[in-house]
Amino acid sequence: MSTAVASHAHPPTSTGLDHRKIAIWAFIGSECMLFASLISTYLIYKGRSIVGPFPHEACNPPICATPLKPILNIPVTSVSTFVLLMSSLAMVLALAAVENKGKPGYEGILGSSKFWLLATAILGTTFLGFQAYEFTSFVHEGLTIRTNLFGSSFFTLTGFHGAHVTAGVLWLLTLLAIDIKRGLEPKDALLVDISALYWHFVDVVWIAIFTLVYLIK
Amino acid sequence: MATAAVSPAYAHAPEASKSGIWSWLTTVDHKRIGALYMYTALAWFGIGGLEAEIMRWQLKGPNGHVVSAETFNQLFTMHGTTMIFLVVMPLSAAFFNFLIPLQIGARDVAFPRLNAFSYWVYLFGALFMNASWLVGMAPNGGWFGYTPLTTMAYSPNLNIDFWMLGLQILGVSSLAAAFNFITTIINMRAPGMNLMRMPMFTWMAFVVQFLLVLAFPVITIALVFLQFDRFFGTNFYTMTAGADPLLWQHLFWIFGHPEVYILVLPAFGLVSEILPTFSRKPIFGYPVMVYSGILIAFLGFGVWAHHMFAVGMGPVADSVFAVTTMLIAIPTGVKIFNWIFTMWGGNLRFTVAMKYAISLVGLFVIGGISGVMHASPPADLQQTDTYFIVAHFHYVLVAGSMMGLSGGIYYYFPKITGRMMSEKIGNWQFWLTFIGVNLTFMPMHWSGLYGMPRRVYTYDAGQGWEIYNQMATVGALIQAVAALIGLYNIWVSRKRGEIAGNDPWGGGTLEWSIPSPPPEYNFATIPTVTSRYPMWDTKSPGLTADVPHSRHGDERSDVQVGGKRVGEFHDHMAAGTPEGGVNPHARQSSTKVSLKTAEELGIPIPYPTIKPLFVALFMTLMFACLLFIHEDKLQLGIAGIITCGATMTAFLYAWLTSPLEPQHH
Repeated sequence: MSTAVASHAHPPTSTGLDHRKIAIWAFIGSECMLFASLISTYLIYKGRSIVGPFPHEACNPPICATPLKPILNIPVTSVSTFVLLMSSLAMVLALAAVENKGKPGYEGILGSSKFWLLATAILGTTFLGFQAYEFTSFVHEGLTIRTNLFGSSFFTLTGFHGAHVTAGVLWLLTLLAIDIKRGLEPKDALLVDISALYWHFVDVVWIAIFTLVYLIK
Repeated sequence: MATAAVSPAYAHAPEASKSGIWSWLTTVDHKRIGALYMYTALAWFGIGGLEAEIMRWQLKGPNGHVVSAETFNQLFTMHGTTMIFLVVMPLSAAFFNFLIPLQIGARDVAFPRLNAFSYWVYLFGALFMNASWLVGMAPNGGWFGYTPLTTMAYSPNLNIDFWMLGLQILGVSSLAAAFNFITTIINMRAPGMNLMRMPMFTWMAFVVQFLLVLAFPVITIALVFLQFDRFFGTNFYTMTAGADPLLWQHLFWIFGHPEVYILVLPAFGLVSEILPTFSRKPIFGYPVMVYSGILIAFLGFGVWAHHMFAVGMGPVADSVFAVTTMLIAIPTGVKIFNWIFTMWGGNLRFTVAMKYAISLVGLFVIGGISGVMHASPPADLQQTDTYFIVAHFHYVLVAGSMMGLSGGIYYYFPKITGRMMSEKIGNWQFWLTFIGVNLTFMPMHWSGLYGMPRRVYTYDAGQGWEIYNQMATVGALIQAVAALIGLYNIWVSRKRGEIAGNDPWGGGTLEWSIPSPPPEYNFATIPTVTSRYPMWDTKSPGLTADVPHSRHGDERSDVQVGGKRVGEFHDHMAAGTPEGGVNPHARQSSTKVSLKTAEELGIPIPYPTIKPLFVALFMTLMFACLLFIHEDKLQLGIAGIITCGATMTAFLYAWLTSPLEPQHH
């Protein structure tokens, strides 16, 4: 009789994938257009600011009242980019730890999903700390969201990315709370899997932003 | 009986707990959410129509002063915004909700609670935007909201804030629904329902979801820039800071043109369901119909700048966008011809739904052809910003989308409510609509070509525009009468219409295999699908004998469509099916048989829940609190945003941590 009941419960999905996995891919597709719009606007407005500070060029009188250095700090941002990339590695290890819980090779702290989830969240928060530092120092150097086209498009673009990282950190901390409360089992791997897809997407977007905004002059 | 496999003879149980206002507030049933979408959209249709009637009354003769210029601006802005975002899109969403699971053989959508959330966000967003009327500050910048007119420097009041925040809220609703339907269609098709066996409506709905997913983020960002400019003093649209005056227009139309197909493709899908049923013939050229729908959507992303020929983009850009725009006429023309060939040689039954479908085919061509006319930049420079353009897009959206959706209501009302709509009243509605639409919008071609500009609140005598405006105003009044007759028809048929039975029209797709209205679980046993018209396979096999993926599985060898064979099938069908609009056999096997509930059948049904409503409510309030920032009450605004955001998050967590349905093991 158990099979009869099973036949009335949910039939298998057409693709064999969980609904949430398809939905997160559709969501990521949508997010691509969101960041594409932000990045294109940044690129369209590149070099069109009337007053400084500028990203890669110095601003000297008479355009600026006082001489201003190029504002982007590429070495510092390279470090924060590295931190964010490492968070993706930690995310991969967190997913592996959940999928393989209890299997040989996944004992101890380095096989613990709690450790890797926490590590991912901490690395993400570190990236956000770098961004907070960057934003404050820009404001001190005279660049706010109202200063010029560069300021408006830069802060909006990187701010949107930062908001996505923040949402990701909250997601990871929620998973960590579940893991601490009842322990994530291999059957819960999908929960971690979809958050990992989101996290990696946010990382990939940062690679695009870092290249297009910081590296290309 | 062969149909027993897909529709055991039982009806839905008497459901005392399933009625009353609370059950509607907490429902997660896709059919009830579809009904909510439909009735809400019809209510906004009344309001948007009223706005149009006031404008037509103002313009009925020269120097009319029924309303002020300012009020007129608010009226045309809200008329456009209401009809697009609060009427046609939600009415399409009503059909997506109701039909997609039924057509693909599923018991619900992939995320039932997210579906309820989408509806409530739509309702609250619509109420928020229209609340602007109460403070006398309805949006007044046009539905396109061009900058810099809509920036703080030129629109210092709350009008534009209501508009941009309202659109942001409605965007959340559309996106959430789109993720849901994409997942549903990809993942919840019944066994055997491969992509090329999906009903045409589901296919067009599928295409529309991708348009939504890819187009809405772009306007979201355009609106975010406007929001930041207005609230935080950024420079995205500030010309004095070096901003590009065309940035808004590009972003808006990259969204805006796909939006046109978001509005019309669902109607195309409905017509592709109605025509085969009432022609008793499978849709002509099914694969080409699918591919042309996809091609329309794909090309729709590459034509946006044809809305901007007049801004002076230069000959290269103008030519490129002219060519891509004209290319869209090819897949659209393919659809028109395939509909005609579907009817050709068929056993036509002229029900009200069929009349609406045929009038879409005919009248959409007029809007399509005037569209090709202003795809040419030299012609467009004469026509842009005149009533010729108004005539064009009303032929596409009223004679196209609304005709198709009205036909869809007549066709699917029996499935939604279990009762037929009155054909007699329906005929009155159809013919009055048909006359009214043409009398309103056809003369606008002439007043436009004689130079009458769009969006003027009044005009001087002696310019040769009077007669066309009088005709349009009379036509608008006839349309209003027709709309009231249609609403009356829905109202009386809802309770007193003839009992419909499972399959009143002799349809071919899965939704006609189950009782009307369908039980909450839709299908007691998930059907196995072997063709595009599974109902015709069992009831009248001759109908689908030449359809690929038919009873012969995936064999395509004996496909022959058109020519003499069409005639043969015609005879075959007439012998196999009863004459007339209603299938009496279907009515005999109608509702009052034995009763089985979902519990008896062991089918898990999602719990009703109020949480999506509260998440939607507090999200809307959170957006509304941004108005305080405009009013320079920054602290109040931030406090409100944090409070509403925290409450929303709390409800969201409560939603995500509560189980969807009873667990069966």
